[in-house]
Amino acid sequence: MMQLSLGSILFFWERQQVQDFYQSMVEQPLDIIYLGESVCSKRRELKTQEWIDLGRELAAKGKQVVLSSLALIEAESELKTLRRLCDNGELMVEANDMGAVQALSERGLPFVAGSAINIYNAHTLKTLHRAGLKRWVMPVELSGETLADILSDAQAMGFGDGVETEVFSYGYLPLAYSARCFTARARNLPKDNCQFVCLEYPEGLPLASQEAQAMFTINGIQTLSGQAYNLLPEVEEMKRMGVDIVRLSPQHGQMAEVIAQFRGAIDGSGNQIPTIPADAVNGYWYKNAGLVNTYRD
Amino acid sequence: MELVCPAGNYPSLKAAVDSGADAVYIGFKDDTNARHFAGLNFNDRKAHRALDYARERGVKVFVAVNTYPQPKGWARWEKAVDLAADLGVNALIAADMGVLGYAAEKHPDLNLHLSVQGSATNYESLRFYHQTFGIRRAVLPRVLSMAQVRQVAAQSPIELEVFAFGSLCIMAEGRCYLSSYVTDQSPNTCGACSPAHAVRWEEKADGGMETRLNDVLIDRYGPGEKAGYPTLCKGRFQVAGNTFHALEEPTSLNTLELLPQLQEVGVSAVKIEGRQRSPAYVEQVVSVWREAIDAMKANPQGYAPRHDWMAALDSVSEGTQTTLGAYSRPWQ
Repeated sequence: MMQLSLGSILFFWERQQVQDFYQSMVEQPLDIIYLGESVCSKRRELKTQEWIDLGRELAAKGKQVVLSSLALIEAESELKTLRRLCDNGELMVEANDMGAVQALSERGLPFVAGSAINIYNAHTLKTLHRAGLKRWVMPVELSGETLADILSDAQAMGFGDGVETEVFSYGYLPLAYSARCFTARARNLPKDNCQFVCLEYPEGLPLASQEAQAMFTINGIQTLSGQAYNLLPEVEEMKRMGVDIVRLSPQHGQMAEVIAQFRGAIDGSGNQIPTIPADAVNGYWYKNAGLVNTYRD
Repeated sequence: MELVCPAGNYPSLKAAVDSGADAVYIGFKDDTNARHFAGLNFNDRKAHRALDYARERGVKVFVAVNTYPQPKGWARWEKAVDLAADLGVNALIAADMGVLGYAAEKHPDLNLHLSVQGSATNYESLRFYHQTFGIRRAVLPRVLSMAQVRQVAAQSPIELEVFAFGSLCIMAEGRCYLSSYVTDQSPNTCGACSPAHAVRWEEKADGGMETRLNDVLIDRYGPGEKAGYPTLCKGRFQVAGNTFHALEEPTSLNTLELLPQLQEVGVSAVKIEGRQRSPAYVEQVVSVWREAIDAMKANPQGYAPRHDWMAALDSVSEGTQTTLGAYSRPWQ
């Protein structure tokens, strides 16, 4: 049975906002909830232990909880946080940097490889499976066709049944990570004195061309797509391919509706073919430029 | 401190060798390497000639097979690894775990370097690649501050190579899809960032210029303003009502002044970027760096970059300006 997951919050939200969000999400028809800070180690509205505690609380209410770790690990302090997550003793961890893969593998712990881990073929997937990978999220720039090829290779190589496959299916796509904070740059602030201006942009800061074409969304050191990815019409196809989990990436405000749409598509309770908004994109799935919407263009 | 230099073709390789490179890195003529451009790189025969020329002069040759194969292309990457092994190259530079695994298993004597595209920015990550594939060196992404390079070097199980000069990637290499988001080709999938086929230069009636990538406007230039190649992270965009270089200015990395520090923290090699550049560029840049490294080795305390070195490097830099990039904390 295909499952529905909620990715970790990529934006920087205030503590109360985060808590309210999860209190409402735990009531939603979601199977899996990822949580934690995966973008910037300076974002500490919730401390590491508080994320772990929140995870336990959601798990006690019946959700499968996975702790997401940082996507670009550069500093010793970030490795320390990573080790605390790995040693939580209960919840599975999502690795978003190869440093996390090493830390989890060394401990003999099963892990999820997030979309920032470069798995472009079944040989790589097999290597990570041997290291303890239980689930992987396909890198967002890959197509449905490549996914089908990887899954059939994994079967042929004899380990396909040992891994779960998850596809980032809704939300702003994580496209790049930098040492530089672009939100601070836009406000003329140095990163070391960023004043946490990210808090002012709970859905990121839109970046457009000089012709006002939406291109990217600035989110601190991360660059996201300018428009939300949406694979709602592909849910049936993903089921056929053997995708186990469909991931939705949190946005501010409208998640209940998005969850209802995807839940409907997964359960097959909706009898019309779902459509996606004109400002959504789906190019990557069809081997196009990511910003293409194959229905619109 | 080894000087590792780029060669996109045989004349550039000769220029690098003759100008004082300790090692030269090349790629094959397909999408198995991260500088997959028309007219660039080496076929089988040229690669043999390159190896002969370098070897006779005591210079090492590394081959980059550093893109990420998808299932349909997998055989091409196997072939590239086999060819590198047959050539007897001094190192294979790879990023994909599947490719590294294939190389380690099929050619156990092949010396493996982790490409910058492998995106390893901490020593835990380096341990993984070392323990799993036996890599002996890694090229660090251009996202670490000098203090962070020091931390990584102190705990690294293997040799480290860092970027010293050339075009500046401001995103962690191997984890940047800006190019495929706009054009459908990325460094990971095709070995191309902001690929030439998608570029359009449009002259305007007033003598100005617009540059586009797959029709998306990357920058506008006034009459007389020098237009740069429309690399996505170096365009002028609108953010919060302002139009500016929201990600980065057109600029190049230049770490000449950091040489003694890089040596002191234990970096084994410095890399010059630019397999897509001309033999004249390679000659000029490599000559300066050879002189600088020799001066630094002779007298680390007394070392300072000479004005004529800096001027020579500025003159061949993007936007004719250079930066210390992420090595310097204020840049971040």
